[in-house]
Amino acid sequence: MKIGLFIPCYIDQFYPEVGKISYLLLQKLGHEVYVPMDVQCCGQPIANAGYEDLAKPLYNKFVEQYKDFDMVVMPSGSCTYHIKSHYTNVEQSEQLKKIRRVTIDICDFLLKYEKDNLPKVEFSGKVALHTGCHSLRGLRFGEGSEIHKKPHSKLKELLSYAENAIVNDLDRPDECCGFGGTFAIAEEAISVKMGNDKIRDVKRQEVDYLISNDMSCLMHLGGIIKKKKEKIKVMHVIEIFKDFVNG
Amino acid sequence: MKYLKILSMGNHAKHAEKFVNNDSRTDWHDESLWYVRNKRDKAAHAIDEWEELRELASQIKTHTLTKLSDYLREFEANATKNGVVVHWAKDAKEHNEIVLKILQAKNIDRVVKSKSMLTEECHLNQFLESKNIEIVDTDLGEWIVQLKNQPPSHIVMPAIHLKKEEIGQLFKEKNITDIESDDPEFLTLASRVFLRKKFQLSKAAITGVNFAIAETGEVVVCTNEGNADMGVHFSEVSIHCMGLEKIIPKRKHLGVFTRLLARSATGQNITVYTSHHRRPEKGQEKHVILLDNGRSERIHDDDFWTALKCIRCGACMNTCPIYRRSGGYSYDYTIPGPIGSILAPSVDLEAHGDLPFASTLCGSCTDVCPVKIDLHEQLFRWRQIISKKQGANTLRELTNKATSLVLFNRNLYNLSTGLMKYVPSFILNSKLNKWSKGRKTPKISNTSFKSWLKNKNKL
Repeated sequence: MKIGLFIPCYIDQFYPEVGKISYLLLQKLGHEVYVPMDVQCCGQPIANAGYEDLAKPLYNKFVEQYKDFDMVVMPSGSCTYHIKSHYTNVEQSEQLKKIRRVTIDICDFLLKYEKDNLPKVEFSGKVALHTGCHSLRGLRFGEGSEIHKKPHSKLKELLSYAENAIVNDLDRPDECCGFGGTFAIAEEAISVKMGNDKIRDVKRQEVDYLISNDMSCLMHLGGIIKKKKEKIKVMHVIEIFKDFVNG
Repeated sequence: MKYLKILSMGNHAKHAEKFVNNDSRTDWHDESLWYVRNKRDKAAHAIDEWEELRELASQIKTHTLTKLSDYLREFEANATKNGVVVHWAKDAKEHNEIVLKILQAKNIDRVVKSKSMLTEECHLNQFLESKNIEIVDTDLGEWIVQLKNQPPSHIVMPAIHLKKEEIGQLFKEKNITDIESDDPEFLTLASRVFLRKKFQLSKAAITGVNFAIAETGEVVVCTNEGNADMGVHFSEVSIHCMGLEKIIPKRKHLGVFTRLLARSATGQNITVYTSHHRRPEKGQEKHVILLDNGRSERIHDDDFWTALKCIRCGACMNTCPIYRRSGGYSYDYTIPGPIGSILAPSVDLEAHGDLPFASTLCGSCTDVCPVKIDLHEQLFRWRQIISKKQGANTLRELTNKATSLVLFNRNLYNLSTGLMKYVPSFILNSKLNKWSKGRKTPKISNTSFKSWLKNKNKL
């Protein structure tokens, strides 16, 4: 497939490893991967802050730069959700409608199209999982306990490729971590309290890793872990394929 | 002035910070509500058709709201036929005056009331007290906060913010008990004894309304303590106060809602009492007040009219990770939590404009809502409106403008991220950066993903 890969600004700057692995993994699985260098942001932080109109130029640029790919893939459930659900205040051109249709989070992409081609990988350790809320409830990466449906978790499914990983469930697996974009600053006290509570839950499960599909949640939770000098390592779920892509 | 206002923290953030400062109490509050949320999950998941029920309830409410005036007229006609006096109140003031007139006509100066968020919305207690009429809330939780001179902190569990020890202390202070106790049974018994006298002395009872059925002209009140019924049966005059949106078309629709209401609210299969008040008993008077107070205006609002589907179960509060950790009072509005945050701005945008921002948009409220209100999407939409109303050139607007510009323009982006690298970490982790108070600031990597890719493609 001809894939347009989107690496949001904070992954580009803070977590380039996640970008690299995304790129190399898709390539290794036989796809043509392109990264339009001119696009840094889907516009979500500005729209969520209440300035959708200021995000319009970013929406238009995104559509313009990504319109020619079979799929638009990104290692961020939150950006995926924004593009699919909130690109509503700009012209609903055929190109835009197509982008909203073919935009997909990388985890979803791997499970949907590469299920049989993904290798089993060497990764051992005890793991706690955090599905970002926009993925969990916006993209239905799993069933929150609110909904009465058969439970499933896409993160767990991906983790099954790491045969030696042991997943320990959190006491509150679907509780928000408290990041919330500008909320993290505007409501700093509650945001940190929510993060502290999440880390306390993670610690109770006596794990080595906290794995998520959203680096923005992990930026917040990782910051708390560092501040508290805890030993838990945070990583994006596709990082389990690190040795595979470098090998 | 505008600058100062925007620079300072929102009210909710301020109250929340104070609440969170007491870490163990915040945990206690969070866990009390999480317990209720869990109970709700168990009750909801025990019903196979739960999701279909939610969909059905949502459709019935949507239908009713789009034909509201027809159903209201049908209700009025049928209630009147039943011998009930139906009143229409445009706003809180009119509502309170109607109540006063009914009481004065009978020379009544003592009233018992059973939980009604609507009368809280109208500040009826304060109004009647100013007219020298004693009004006593008879639901245990509601009565406790009335004794404390506080508003409810939750719409279903009004005293959820208080510990039993504090209630024991309050009862002793107010001479309800002669010793200070933290034994719930003892305290409940003491309130029963006290409230029984109030029931006997009152000639009028006021109740809220959960559902009003157009087809039959009856109102339905769902309670757990039996106090609403006792009030009505003891009194010469009963007054049922309801918002326009409480109407449902037919009796056969009621079961959909009663199955959802108690399970969503407290995790009970059904409330202990589901009382149908249809006609006055012999020698009694029965009134129903239909209150508008902005509802008929909201119904024309494309973005927010579905908030009127709300059946006031409180599930969105119990599930909200912010409500659980900031308490009901942090919202500064009669109805707190996610539903309060989408109702309050239309009442007073200036005072409550910060509430839609008191959310991470996690979406749990939307998934838990028994009538499928898209709460977190409405919070998002309010944010857009509020930012526009705040106008141009506020600090928030300028910051977002600058962010948009930097993210749009590749050279600006490269320049600013390049410069960021030179900001020493002691500054990034200092007080200047609010992020770093409880978290370490992430480090900008020496080689960004895009510069790595550029080099790679050169090779």
